[in-house]
Amino acid sequence: MRKEFRKSIEKAVADPILTGSLGRFSESYRVSRANAYAGVDFEAVRNRIAAAKGSAASHIEEVAAEFTRNATARGARVFRANSPEAVREYIVNLAAERGVKKIVKSKSMATEEIHLNKRLQEAGIEVKETDLGEWIIQLAGQRPSHMVMPAIHLTKEQVADLFSKEVGERLSSDIPRLVKIAREQLRPKFLEADLGITGANIAVAETGTLVLVTNEGNGRLVTTLPNIHVAVVGVEKLVEKLDDVVPILTALPRSATGQLLTSYVSFITGQTPNTDGSDKELHIILMDNHRTEMAADPRFKEALQCIRCASCLNVCPVYRLVGGHVFGKVYTGGIGTILTAWFDALKNAAEIQSLCIQCGNCKEVCPARIDIPALILEVRRRVVTERGLPFVQKAIFSVVNDRRMFHSMLRAASLAQKPFAKGGYIRHLPMFLGKLTNYRSLPAIAERPLRDTILELEQPEGLAEKAAIYAGCLIDFAYPQMGEQVVRILNKAGIEVIFPQGQTCCGAAARYSGAYEVAAQNAADNIKALLEQDVSYVVCACPTCTVALKKDFGDMLEAAGRKELIPQAQALAAKSVDFSTLVAKLVAEGRLTFKQGQDLGKLTYHDSCHFKRTLHAEKAPRELLTKAGGAISEMAEADMCCGMGGSYTLKMPKLSAPMLQRKLKNIEATGAATAVTDCPGCRMQIGGGFDSQGKSIQVKHTVELLADAFE
Amino acid sequence: MFASFKARAESVSAEVHRFAGKPAALQFILSLLAKEGVSSAPGAHALWSSCRFLDGLDRASIAKDSGVRFEVTRELAATARVGISQVALGIADTGTLAMIATAVEERLVSSLPPIHVALLATAALVPDLATALKRLPPKDHACLSLITGPSRTADIERVLTIGVHGPGRLIIVCVDDL
Repeated sequence: MRKEFRKSIEKAVADPILTGSLGRFSESYRVSRANAYAGVDFEAVRNRIAAAKGSAASHIEEVAAEFTRNATARGARVFRANSPEAVREYIVNLAAERGVKKIVKSKSMATEEIHLNKRLQEAGIEVKETDLGEWIIQLAGQRPSHMVMPAIHLTKEQVADLFSKEVGERLSSDIPRLVKIAREQLRPKFLEADLGITGANIAVAETGTLVLVTNEGNGRLVTTLPNIHVAVVGVEKLVEKLDDVVPILTALPRSATGQLLTSYVSFITGQTPNTDGSDKELHIILMDNHRTEMAADPRFKEALQCIRCASCLNVCPVYRLVGGHVFGKVYTGGIGTILTAWFDALKNAAEIQSLCIQCGNCKEVCPARIDIPALILEVRRRVVTERGLPFVQKAIFSVVNDRRMFHSMLRAASLAQKPFAKGGYIRHLPMFLGKLTNYRSLPAIAERPLRDTILELEQPEGLAEKAAIYAGCLIDFAYPQMGEQVVRILNKAGIEVIFPQGQTCCGAAARYSGAYEVAAQNAADNIKALLEQDVSYVVCACPTCTVALKKDFGDMLEAAGRKELIPQAQALAAKSVDFSTLVAKLVAEGRLTFKQGQDLGKLTYHDSCHFKRTLHAEKAPRELLTKAGGAISEMAEADMCCGMGGSYTLKMPKLSAPMLQRKLKNIEATGAATAVTDCPGCRMQIGGGFDSQGKSIQVKHTVELLADAFE
Repeated sequence: MFASFKARAESVSAEVHRFAGKPAALQFILSLLAKEGVSSAPGAHALWSSCRFLDGLDRASIAKDSGVRFEVTRELAATARVGISQVALGIADTGTLAMIATAVEERLVSSLPPIHVALLATAALVPDLATALKRLPPKDHACLSLITGPSRTADIERVLTIGVHGPGRLIIVCVDDL
């Protein structure tokens, strides 16, 4: 990681104004978005958007041609531009031919993308952004930090300073007054302008219509008052049918700002009359800038479904800590990382892709059904393929790839840590390792891993059914007692549990680092080990590992070209199940019975990212814990990432730490004595956080609370 | 449908009034203009774009002492205190007005003055956007404007502020017999 990038992260995280306002926004956004979607079938809406935009992206050429035909028939001039230079030159030449001196613009990310203003100003043309946020950014000489709210990183005092300079008078930071200033300052600009520039939110091929979504009313003035209108439209804004507009207009305002509809939506189909009686000159520039290349890429085509609502920024636990400028380019946040990799260059996304903790929040809210985390992972994989892994990671993965060496090193570490481990935690590591423990304690590596202790665990004779336990590294080497508890509980349901010794790391660490070859080898080793004996279930108490068993092994093998193993990966996936889901099933089948009169006291439950958003298993543990005598008091943002994210916590401690602090605060606020989760990684992170603060709140895995719950 | 329309429109700060017929609606508008000082202040004026509501009404008598002018120009719109126009449809589930805005006069009176009075036949309410787009297909209208509440922004510290570049007040006058 370059020093400047690390510095920009540290600066952003240390800015209380930025993190405060983004933090509060992310909290209120959650509520306003939910309210706006009340009574709307979100899944149905986003299926329609994904289908409509996916189809348009599959036929960009035909759709663009149809749009061009229909808009041209209505008097528009449509220009297909491949490069940013072509767009800029078209507009500069047009301005020169028509003697344009003054231009007003309404908000357009497409023109930000190609840095149009700079070029126009070089040509001696006055350009005024008229969207309030964009105007502020223009006065500040900055880039937008958010796609919908470009100036969200600035305070009213900073805005007052900018406006004071502009009007030459000391202004107070009264927001309505500042807005009024903007109206007064920009009104003459609208009236004087020779040419108006907009983007478009949607372009409808079958009618040649541009759809513009705005709130302030500047879009209507820009398209009404100047005699020339230029719309710069990314080709991904095209849809085939007018009907496709409905789901997009249903989702865009709800997802962007929590509105049912923005104040203004304009449908412009061809030329309209000007105030002097002439017909408006309408130029529509369909801009490519690598979009058709994206459409031809089977993985990234999906990203063209984006409707630029920015909800992926609004729910991102990292964005709310760093804001937009850390991303370094015009497009920010989750989708911004992907767009930067294409519109700029893969290398420009090499660093920002590492900001993603893969929590999956954005995927859940994306109204275009884009699997943003998977695409960021694909960016990561391509970066790694192009550049190779950093040396340290390479060394680590060469060890992880050799199970025997990996496991003997872990055993050696168990001895080496002895001077630092106390009560199951490592609180202070010496020297350069110290930064690993300065905001949360780490779990000590167990003296004996589960793979050893389980051999001595006596199980009842003659159990009719058999399951294999897949431990995962954390349970095997740090929390073997959890594995033993899994065995005990399943024994009570009449299931014998075996531990296939050939099992190794699930490959998530390698996969999430973009090292798919390593992950595929891990998958192959585990498939072999776990399918060796015929068992009814492969049970796992780690959600990340369960996701690997149930979903990722197949993908990894396919990506690594080892397709012959895919049927076996599918066989393993069908048998694999997370601990709580299996236990809930056994309870429902009457094979496990809760002891009467138990009391677990007041609990609060933390949803691990993979457990909730990939396995969708969040109900099972809550039901089990309640039946076992626990009173669950839900914390705020129960399903927000704790900042662990596998190795993220080691690579990005400056971001992991504040995410953890927020989680600890939310847990404490419930007054519960125990926080429960189904993920050993979250347990490690959150438990270590409270330990480091000297707090007595216990953090437990569900299995630990259920260990004595059954007859 | 009217109840839903009114509730939605008011939830985004539009003002909604309903009258049985044109005379009561006209009376309301004239008294609004008086209250806003349009009728009395020197040089103040409201602009009323040509519409069905005006059919059969005597424009000269409306204009007399009210400050209303009917010739919509860019210059007059830029200085008008109130713009008055009739819209084609109302959309009940979002509280939205759908306006055929191809004629530039329609756009001027609804976008430049600080107050926009929108006349709407109560019978012209439709349930949702999909229906509105079927009734007013963009291929038949070069410019359609959907208007939902007054102009707004939250670009400074996300504080909702009404009235940026468009009207700060949107007054919807529903008329049953229109």
